[in-house]
Amino acid sequence: MSPLSPFFRARPDSHSEAEEERRLLEGLRAGDQAAFATLLDRHGAAMLRVARMYVRDRAAAEEVVQETWLAVLQGIERFEGRSSVKTWLFRILANRAKTRGVREARSSPFSALAEAAEGEPAVEPERFHRRGHPEAGGWDAPPRPWETLPEERLLSQETLRLVSEAIEALPPTQREVIRLRDVEGWSAEEVCAALDLTDGNQRVLLHRARSRVRDALEDYLGAAA
Amino acid sequence: MILSRPGISCQQLVELVTAYVEGTLPRRQRRRFDAHIAWCEGCSGYVAQMRETIRLTGRLDQDSLDPVARDRLLHAFQGWTAEA
Repeated sequence: MSPLSPFFRARPDSHSEAEEERRLLEGLRAGDQAAFATLLDRHGAAMLRVARMYVRDRAAAEEVVQETWLAVLQGIERFEGRSSVKTWLFRILANRAKTRGVREARSSPFSALAEAAEGEPAVEPERFHRRGHPEAGGWDAPPRPWETLPEERLLSQETLRLVSEAIEALPPTQREVIRLRDVEGWSAEEVCAALDLTDGNQRVLLHRARSRVRDALEDYLGAAA
Repeated sequence: MILSRPGISCQQLVELVTAYVEGTLPRRQRRRFDAHIAWCEGCSGYVAQMRETIRLTGRLDQDSLDPVARDRLLHAFQGWTAEA
């Protein structure tokens, strides 16, 4: 994979990003609106989506995001830099959103959702040899390799649209986990903190989400191969 | 696929792929996993597809805050810092 591909999107490396965010926080402390706008453009969309996971509607989620920023401004002196600004921001957000969700009597159902997802197979059972067969549990219909497909096809706008649609079609918690992990590049730890998930539940949701997206890709790429 | 080996079946392996690529499989299970994909073309192909899925997902654009919400927050910020 050439880094010169037109689809290449640079991600800032996490160390320099952390440094920069600390500088932005300094700006915030000084009331610099440009610093606020930068942080907002970087995290605002994810904050709103994460808040929305806890509360009844979009308006409530926006209020939670506002409360979070206000709490950030008021608590800025207490930020000690032991975690990244992002981690700190989303910890405050999760606490506020959770409190609000409880008030709305909407307790976070994330763990129940992870349990439900755990029962679903990653691959349809029909694709494996059944019990009683000498190769029971082995592939009957193994996946066809994608390596032979040209890179332009794999990275075509059409393929990416399909991936995006497959993600949109996921149940909300799975959708948010795969977005944060694989679209936005968060660590497992960061996602667990923001969505109030255990490590195991986070992994189950991610596994389900990735499996479904792979399945959609297989249908699409296989059909046209 | 041959399945006379001890350890994990293909059907079990596909459920462990995320833990495998996340590096959270216990060492013993990881060894079994590695041994399995070393001889099983179907499963090594499956793991490759999961990695490819992760790569393609990473190419999607991150969504941006809708402009109305953004304006409201910027406006609120002005109010907060003016009070301070």
